[in-house]
Amino acid sequence: MAGAKEVKTKIKSVQNTQKITSAMEMVAASKMRRAQERMQATRPYARKMREAIGHLAGANPDYIHPFLVQREEVKRVGYIILSSDRGLCGGLNINLFKTVVADMRQWNDKGVGADIVPFGSKGLSFFERIGAPITAELRDLGDRPELSQLIGPVKVLLDAYSEGRVDRVMLVGNRFVNTMTQRPEIRRLVPVEPVHDEEMPENWDYIYEPDAGSLLDDVLRRYVESQVYQGMAENIACEMAARMIAMKSATDNAADIINELQITYNKARQASITQELSEIVAGAEAV
Amino acid sequence: MSTLQVDIVSAEGELHSGTATMVIAPALEGDVGITPRHAPLLTRLRPGELRITEENGEEWFFYASGGVLEVQPHKVTVLADTAVRARDIDEAAALEAKRRAEEQLRQQKDDIDYGQVQAELAEAMAQLQALESLRKRVKR
Repeated sequence: MAGAKEVKTKIKSVQNTQKITSAMEMVAASKMRRAQERMQATRPYARKMREAIGHLAGANPDYIHPFLVQREEVKRVGYIILSSDRGLCGGLNINLFKTVVADMRQWNDKGVGADIVPFGSKGLSFFERIGAPITAELRDLGDRPELSQLIGPVKVLLDAYSEGRVDRVMLVGNRFVNTMTQRPEIRRLVPVEPVHDEEMPENWDYIYEPDAGSLLDDVLRRYVESQVYQGMAENIACEMAARMIAMKSATDNAADIINELQITYNKARQASITQELSEIVAGAEAV
Repeated sequence: MSTLQVDIVSAEGELHSGTATMVIAPALEGDVGITPRHAPLLTRLRPGELRITEENGEEWFFYASGGVLEVQPHKVTVLADTAVRARDIDEAAALEAKRRAEEQLRQQKDDIDYGQVQAELAEAMAQLQALESLRKRVKR
């Protein structure tokens, strides 16, 4: 009977794990719904902002803001990497980091270095481990990050850009395709990629109100903020979706293990009954 | 007749998307009226009322608390900080905000941020004004 008892304990323990994973799945599902709403709310603003800034980069202003100047020679690239604070979300973070590392390697072959600003403790620990130069970081963001939290670390890279220490700033984060699919994406933040409108003449420019200088500073600041904030909202929705899927498959796997163990337990129990019976019969015959 | 494509988005979501024959927006240095084939314009917005006239004569009112206005010959994009449809403005809340701001200005204590209170007051006034003009239209 000893074998059966051990199996019984094992089943109990797997059942407890299953309870935890299924609770986590449900928590992630409800958080995902809210995160998805926030993501969808921020998307149109970020998209329109990107369009407007794209037009702006295609214009020919008198005042030339450094964010709009395309630098021919790239000596160093800055990455803002959006990752999660917590694990147990499947391959979400590691897929993202792989994409970044591949991109960094490509630049590295051309002799271009990289500066990293990770958001989220998973990103920080990964890039610390591989020994990448980290210039700023941000952790413990929670489920609803405030814009004011994000500004500081982003500014570090933007200042480095303005001073010419980095020549490109990229924003890396997961894109929410649907609940099952999240795609790592690297987007250029500055310098701004110009969008050319065919209807517009060659040398057009905006009328600026008030003056171009202060207006462009303000608009470009809003642009960067909106892109980073939207990326963060999107990444959080991805994290919740990935966690939900990971926890769902963990729950399913636990159910499979329990089934197998149950069969082992039944066999062990049956074997001990058979043994006892044959012992009794043998004893009766001896008498 | 040519029309404009108008998109109003705020940080909280998309508010309006459609065509129009005229848009009146509260630019920083005075209201601007935009009709199709307007020259490209980029300006900041002050808190105030946005008015959109559609081809069929229907009018839409919005309230924006500030932001950026981008105009291309056939396209107007309003990137508002926060914006609401005029009929969704909570009048009681706007009146309360106005009263509070005025109160603070009257007290003139040293520790209040004068500029911020004034901005709050302007915002509440603009909301009420947008509501007011919406009412007038409805009556007519």
